[in-house]
Amino acid sequence: MHVVVCVKQIPDPAEPGKLEGDNTLDRSGKLILDESDSYGVEMALQLVDKAGGGEVTLVSMAPNNETSGLRTALAMGAAKAILVSDPALSGAGALDTAKVLAAAIKRAEPDLVLAATESSDGYTGTVPAQIAAILGLPSITFAKEVHLDGETVQVQRQTEAGYDEVTSPTPAVVSVTAGVVEPRYPSFKGIMAAKSKPVDELTLADLGVDAAQVGSAGAGQEIVAVDDAPAREAGEIIEDDGEAFTKIVTFLDGLKVI
Amino acid sequence: MALNRIWVYAEATEGKVSPLSLELLAKARTLGGTVEAVYAGADADAVATTLGAHGATKVHSTGDLSGSLAGVPVASAIAKQVADGNGPDLIMFGTTYDGRDIAARLSVAVDKPVITNNVDISAEGDDVVVTEPVFGGTKLVRTKFTGGAPYIALFRPKSFVAEESGGAAAEVASIEVTDAGQAKVTNRHVEEASGPKLDEAAVVVSGGRGLGEKDNYQLIEDLAKLLKAAPGASRAIVDAGWVPYSYQVGQTGKVVKPTVSIAAGISGATQHLVGMKGSKNIVAINKDPEAPIFSVADLGIVGDVHKVLPKLIEALKAR
Ligand SMILES: Cc1cc2nc3c(=O)[nH]c(=O)nc-3n(C[C@H](O)[C@H](O)[C@H](O)COP(=O)(O)OP(=O)(O)OC[C@H]3O[C@@H](n4cnc5c(N)ncnc54)[C@H](O)[C@@H]3O)c2cc1C
Ligand SMILES: Nc1ncnc2c1ncn2[C@@H]1O[C@H](COP(=O)(O)O)[C@@H](O)[C@H]1O
Repeated sequence: MHVVVCVKQIPDPAEPGKLEGDNTLDRSGKLILDESDSYGVEMALQLVDKAGGGEVTLVSMAPNNETSGLRTALAMGAAKAILVSDPALSGAGALDTAKVLAAAIKRAEPDLVLAATESSDGYTGTVPAQIAAILGLPSITFAKEVHLDGETVQVQRQTEAGYDEVTSPTPAVVSVTAGVVEPRYPSFKGIMAAKSKPVDELTLADLGVDAAQVGSAGAGQEIVAVDDAPAREAGEIIEDDGEAFTKIVTFLDGLKVI
Repeated sequence: MALNRIWVYAEATEGKVSPLSLELLAKARTLGGTVEAVYAGADADAVATTLGAHGATKVHSTGDLSGSLAGVPVASAIAKQVADGNGPDLIMFGTTYDGRDIAARLSVAVDKPVITNNVDISAEGDDVVVTEPVFGGTKLVRTKFTGGAPYIALFRPKSFVAEESGGAAAEVASIEVTDAGQAKVTNRHVEEASGPKLDEAAVVVSGGRGLGEKDNYQLIEDLAKLLKAAPGASRAIVDAGWVPYSYQVGQTGKVVKPTVSIAAGISGATQHLVGMKGSKNIVAINKDPEAPIFSVADLGIVGDVHKVLPKLIEALKAR
């Protein structure tokens, strides 16, 4: 059983976001493993375990050969990683990202590909289905439960009303929602072992991807302006003295909702 | 004109067209050009009346797809129309489970980008520009399509106001699905929710991790009942299993824009705020005076939910 997990390395969401001169997100600082993807990594490790053996490979596209997020996932237990870095990728959109990741995944020849439903910084929620379309694979998004059973994958997929049971032949691309599993904390041993696990660093040329097709060159979109959104006016903030509930009642009364 | 033909992907449950689809149709009508719908379901004839009344002149129907996930078949049908020269200049999707899947697959099939999370669109001369909020909605990014038609865009719920156009029932035409896809839906589960729907209610009462434990969510349910409100939740307590996912408000949950939202024990993370800061009025209760939720509150109570909520509930009961 060979599971590939797409893991995005992102600027720490706890830090305020910054834009570059060309209005793309500043990704120059240290990047961390997107929390959304820690669920995919955990799910992959559990599926391989249940299958009675196999391996988890990480695939990531990030600027500047950044590996700190990958090391976190390797410390959790993934065996190795493929990292695509290329200056030509700055300004890449979701479709470009999917083209690059698909080329890398193809090399790994997985039985299953996992990703998160959406990343924390880009949250387009389209990359996993785009990867599947490029590779000609079935895709199931919004998975809240995943079971592998021989050559098929069974998924509970969230819907507006509840959930659907979906089955598909493998290989397939499955995107998981946050909270599906409890991501493990890397052990000390895991952290030490991660330092020597292989990270295959590739450029676009290594992958045989034409740089003119991806990155801002291929994006098909251009940011024309970034404006401040109209701010909400500051309201009244009061300290509860035991009677603050009457303030709420008066406020709701004024809105005629009670 | 840049946009001669606009398609809106329409969704419906049990014959009722979703509010989001109607919102998109209303916006599409302001962009100039012909507005048509794409629909996947056995009941295109039944929804054609509503779609027509909201401005669609035609419904391109794939027919019954039950048993399949929508992404592959619907994208294949639209891509075929594009390949045959019958495609739209712009296709608008709602940010829904199926909308994202179809738009993603379509973007690969026609090799054009899909721009996501939009709250607005405008056609300015030959330029088609979409607007997306970032950093928790504090900044608005405007992006122009540069790769030629078809432009593919996903829109967040409640970005536009649905409005009837008084049009006649839309003409139904079928479009051919060239790939049914390999993923099959074998069973559907509906989680019943009582009371008003979260994204339609006039009052929303949401609870977060500040409630302390699962049983305390009852305070939210009780308050909601008294206010005829829909109960909502932050993702933290959905992930913790206190309430079903359908309660979640925020970026990955529902977008609410009620007359008033009450947030109890919710910190106000950016991903939560984007789902509720469009509420006309916001009341927040949080024991931390620095909680970001207070930056959007019209009335903020710095206090303990376990003290404020029971008193509020008693006071409302007494009325
Ligand atoms: C990709 C992505 C998507 C996300 N999508 C969503 C989404 O759609 N919706 C969403 O909500 N979140 C979403 N999140 C999660 C979000 O970042 C926050 O983690 C979450 O909203 C926090 O929930 P909370 O406010 O209940 O919990 P916390 O952040 O833990 O806040 C609890 C609050 O309760 C207060 N409190 C504690 N005790 C009391 C008391 N006794 N009385 C009063 N106040 C008290 C505390 O001061 C604190 O402010 C997303 C995150 C990511 C990465
Ligand atoms: N640059 C990237 N490297 C690796 N995985 C990615 C990358 N971008 C997106 N993904 C995967 O696709 C998911 C959805 O991303 P998005 O479509 O940006 O919301 C992410 O959570 C990752 O699993």
